[in-house]
Amino acid sequence: MDTDDDFMSNLSSEDDMLPDDSDNDVSGDEDFGFDDEPDTYIDSQKEIGHKKQPVYDISFKVFRPADIKKQQDELINEVNMILTISKEEAAILLRHFRWNKERLIEDYMDRPGQVLDAAGLAQSSARPSKLQVVPGFACDICCEDGPGLQSFALKCGHRYCADCYRHYLSQKIRAEGEAARIQCPSEGCNLIIDARSLDLLVTADLTERYHELLHRTYVEDKETLKWCPAPDCKNAVECAVKKKDLDKVVPTVSCACGHRFCFGCILNDHQPAPCELVKKWLKKCADDSETANWISANTKECPKCNSTIEKNGGCNHMTCRKCKHEFCWMCMGLWSEHGTSWYNCNRFEEKSGTDARDAQARSRVSLERYLHYYNRYANHEQSARLDKDIYHKTEKKMVQLQKESGMSWIEVQYLNSASQALQTCRQTLMWTYAFAFYLARNNLTEIFEDNQKDLEMAVEALSEMFERPITELAAPKLKVEIMDKTSYCNKRRVILLEDTAQNLAEGRWTFNIELTGSGTNGGSGTRR
Amino acid sequence: MPVQFAAKRLSKELQKISNSLPPGIMLVSAEDLEEWLLDIKVLDSNPLYLNETYRLKFRFSSTYPIEPPEVVFVKLPDRPIPIHPHIYSNGIICLDLLGAQGWSPVQNVESIAMSLQSMLTGNSKNERPQGDEEFVRGNRLRPRDIEFYYHDNDV
Repeated sequence: MDTDDDFMSNLSSEDDMLPDDSDNDVSGDEDFGFDDEPDTYIDSQKEIGHKKQPVYDISFKVFRPADIKKQQDELINEVNMILTISKEEAAILLRHFRWNKERLIEDYMDRPGQVLDAAGLAQSSARPSKLQVVPGFACDICCEDGPGLQSFALKCGHRYCADCYRHYLSQKIRAEGEAARIQCPSEGCNLIIDARSLDLLVTADLTERYHELLHRTYVEDKETLKWCPAPDCKNAVECAVKKKDLDKVVPTVSCACGHRFCFGCILNDHQPAPCELVKKWLKKCADDSETANWISANTKECPKCNSTIEKNGGCNHMTCRKCKHEFCWMCMGLWSEHGTSWYNCNRFEEKSGTDARDAQARSRVSLERYLHYYNRYANHEQSARLDKDIYHKTEKKMVQLQKESGMSWIEVQYLNSASQALQTCRQTLMWTYAFAFYLARNNLTEIFEDNQKDLEMAVEALSEMFERPITELAAPKLKVEIMDKTSYCNKRRVILLEDTAQNLAEGRWTFNIELTGSGTNGGSGTRR
Repeated sequence: MPVQFAAKRLSKELQKISNSLPPGIMLVSAEDLEEWLLDIKVLDSNPLYLNETYRLKFRFSSTYPIEPPEVVFVKLPDRPIPIHPHIYSNGIICLDLLGAQGWSPVQNVESIAMSLQSMLTGNSKNERPQGDEEFVRGNRLRPRDIEFYYHDNDV
């Protein structure tokens, strides 16, 4: 069943791309107007321009474990040939230079001795190490000195018996998870043990673990590679987006396993919101800074001693329990200023009251604003989960229905596409609300909100159809409607993402918080 | 097999140190191959450690000498815990040599004792590590499980 799911999710991600193609076709039509112009060069350039990916889509590549190995091997072979050093040594040097081949070669040409030293390689050109029986040898680790004892030494000549070496390596690999920087057991010797020597010494299962750990360092060392964070997924994704560009793009990538995630922060896909905004939003939602906000919106402070007071009934003449200060709950002004018109506070213009009321109102508005966006954000998050549940339930029924009505497996796949569309669109919608929360109002926000509204309406309509009883779902008319709505939703999503990504790339959004520096606290992200 | 491995090496070491040890280091007891006690003295006239003898406890696991032994100072009526910026008042020692990163299987009981001896000899600071009180009160970990942060190497 799992493989089916994978297969389908691959399909539907291709579906995602379809609307773009059709968009290109439409704009391509406009191009035909220039066809009578003789300059074909410009035309072909335009062609290329149109074939370009949508702005919000960044290019990336998925690598399976075998690809990762192949890449490493290619780099190693190259360095091996250029610098005439062994493959094992090339690998150690490359790791030392974090797989920056150009820098390695340049530095090595300039001062080979220093480079070898720093990387933990011997300078001597002695033959590769092998297991040996050396007469009169006594192992410094186990004190064994019997005749015929197999021993091993790296080029540094620190010789130990094969058994001790084996113990030492298995301790490093198994218990300490070390691979790329295992040094000679001798004290103070920083020679690195290479893969070939290791293969000579340890058993097959340990070699496997060692190579797995080495692979990991390759991905972890390279800035352009990241592991897919999905559970049990062994793939890595390559993407050229730099850390400093994360305020300009939201680099969503999609692994071959079907998991969509942000290359910048490894969280689930959060387009259109940039990483820094997401971080602030999640922190704000998790924080109890909102508790403080509730308190300030629903309670008042004694104007004199600042004790927090929640009024739970009674008249407006307050006497603070703590400091005995008497004030009016309505206008926060001194009760003594109220004169004779005591129980209907009309002292609206009183200076002592306005300041207190302003602060109160501001925090109330800010809380309401936050809750407005948060509710919608949380709602889409929850609905996406419910849609998934419904799909799983429906899937079972569809299997049943297949048997009874004679519809084929292919014929019921439109439900899968609908479910996928619902989930991706809701994921996008969810983040549009976090995005909107931090957005400062201008003309662009209106377009954004219109796009958001269109997508939301389409999604809700599709969701509603999707929840119809199974007997209705089998009707051909509804099937067509669902298929239409599905592709409409996908199209609306693409339009929204195009628009936001374009403006983000051109730096046209204004946010009400600082997105680059970490100095501002997300907790107080309100308009000033 | 690993037990035998440690045993072989430890009996060799024991044989050697029973015969001779550098000045200022004395073997107190080595009843089995799991726990040994040694006494150390600072030989020069460092006023911090003058006329004092300190008791060291070595505990060996079955993976010794691939893994380092656990070494602590023990407090007895006539054996105080030496004052040193890397020695906590409960006897736990912060020394990179005794951690997985700094350890080398070529090290042995004698070399550890000598390292500790010279660590005391070279010290002139009459102080405990930072946060000693809190660490001694709160620590429930065995020395090998503590993540020491070796922040200065000049003491």
